[in-house]
Amino acid sequence: MAMAALRREGRRFAPLVSSPNPINAIRSTLAPAEEQMGLGVRSISTQVVRNRMKSVRNIQKITKAMKMVAASKLRAIQVRAENSRGLWQPFTALLGDTPSVNVKKNVIVTISSDKGLCGGINSTSVKISRALHKINSGPDTECKYVILGEKGKAQLIRDSKKDIELIMTELQKNFLNYTQVSVLADDILKNVEFDALRIVFNKFQSVVSFLPTTATVLSPEIVERESEAGGKIGDLDSYEIEGGETKSEVLQNLAEFQFSCVMFNAVLENACSEQGARMSAMDSSSRNAGDMLDRLTLTYNRTRQASITTELIEIISGASALEG
Amino acid sequence: MFRQVAHRLLTRSTTTTYPIFPATTTLRSFSTEVSTDASSGDSAFIDAWKKVAPNIDPPKTPSQYMEPRPPTPSTLPSKLTVNFVLPYAAELSKAEVDMVIVPATTGQMGILPGHVPTIAELKPGLLSVHEGNDVKKYFISSGFAFVHSNSYADILAVEAVPLDRIDPAQVQKGLSEFTQKLNSASSDLDKAEAQIGVDVHSALNSALTG
Repeated sequence: MAMAALRREGRRFAPLVSSPNPINAIRSTLAPAEEQMGLGVRSISTQVVRNRMKSVRNIQKITKAMKMVAASKLRAIQVRAENSRGLWQPFTALLGDTPSVNVKKNVIVTISSDKGLCGGINSTSVKISRALHKINSGPDTECKYVILGEKGKAQLIRDSKKDIELIMTELQKNFLNYTQVSVLADDILKNVEFDALRIVFNKFQSVVSFLPTTATVLSPEIVERESEAGGKIGDLDSYEIEGGETKSEVLQNLAEFQFSCVMFNAVLENACSEQGARMSAMDSSSRNAGDMLDRLTLTYNRTRQASITTELIEIISGASALEG
Repeated sequence: MFRQVAHRLLTRSTTTTYPIFPATTTLRSFSTEVSTDASSGDSAFIDAWKKVAPNIDPPKTPSQYMEPRPPTPSTLPSKLTVNFVLPYAAELSKAEVDMVIVPATTGQMGILPGHVPTIAELKPGLLSVHEGNDVKKYFISSGFAFVHSNSYADILAVEAVPLDRIDPAQVQKGLSEFTQKLNSASSDLDKAEAQIGVDVHSALNSALTG
């Protein structure tokens, strides 16, 4: 029977040592702790639980600190994102919003974060990008990716490697400003042929709510085509064009300016969403760690009291054996 | 689960005193925007989306975050509604003014209520906003100006500085420096850069004096 108990114990210890996730390991320590009692090895069980408690407490402190850091970064960048919101509205008022436009060369610009631990926003962006890719790739249309951010790259490179045109990472190393984003936009415009650019990002609505959004920027030829066809941009012809040699030159500049403005806003909004998501992820992590700590404390007290009781029983039974 | 987290996060921030994150920040209303109920979005796009990815919610599009612009009124409106935006701030948001003068590439252009719809490319120069007897002058780097038929004007610029913040001495220095660079420039790129510098500084000069 002792051998069976040992064997059972051995099997339970193996996942304990090898699993990196302390949460699952805890559940398996609860039973062996009590089994070890039966074999008379008492002090080690409280030691094991105490080590777990120490590591969980450290994790809780770290995640709490990360939440505070994310909160302060969020406050700083939220102001800038809000101020930049006026920038894309004139373009949508002029050219309308055409996500269902049918063009030959689509480019999906996916904006994601460089660092992790920020909840599900990067996965959401990638899911939306993949679905847009499916909608827009047909027999005579093609769809390419331009990826901003490490996390998006890691996810999309797995199954869409051949469709990726350009990857840019470490955007937030220097303070995000319009000059940097316009250089980026320039890079994309120069190196990628497109008829329509679809920018996918998470718009910051509030600290707990991030809305996946896609903004569409059309190339000047497509703008002309759509305005001739009527529909949303139908009345573009009624606008007089001032400046530049020809209408197409001005429309070209307009499309480039629109792209850099929409990108600037998108990058700021995504950064805000990243910090907000990180805040809520770290908050739930600290709370989970707190719960785990409570459970571990109970286990610890139980095993401690049980070992004391066993010692007392041994002493008393020993004493009564001597007497009687 | 998300709602539970949200509820907890919000109640936490109202009950515990985070020194750097007051509860009021979460409930602030944004001046340049409206929440996402303005329209239901492009139906063709949503249909195409549902066919491909029925389990994922379709993403929102920019027009759903914007208040729709008012239609063209039948009578001439008395005031021009101006939105003057920069990447860093919305200088004027739905401001009702009498006239704006913008520095288009073809010269200074005045915009009054009822102006014909226009898309104007702007060069570095003086922008003035006239409201009654009040005139506000800014020096803007280039940008675009749209005038819509409903007497809404959108002016987008990359940088704008009120005139009184510009130092005339620096302007002169910059002008002479760039003129020198232009004369000694060798490659086309250098020449173009120097030319841009000269243009901007002479525009600054004339804005300050004129």
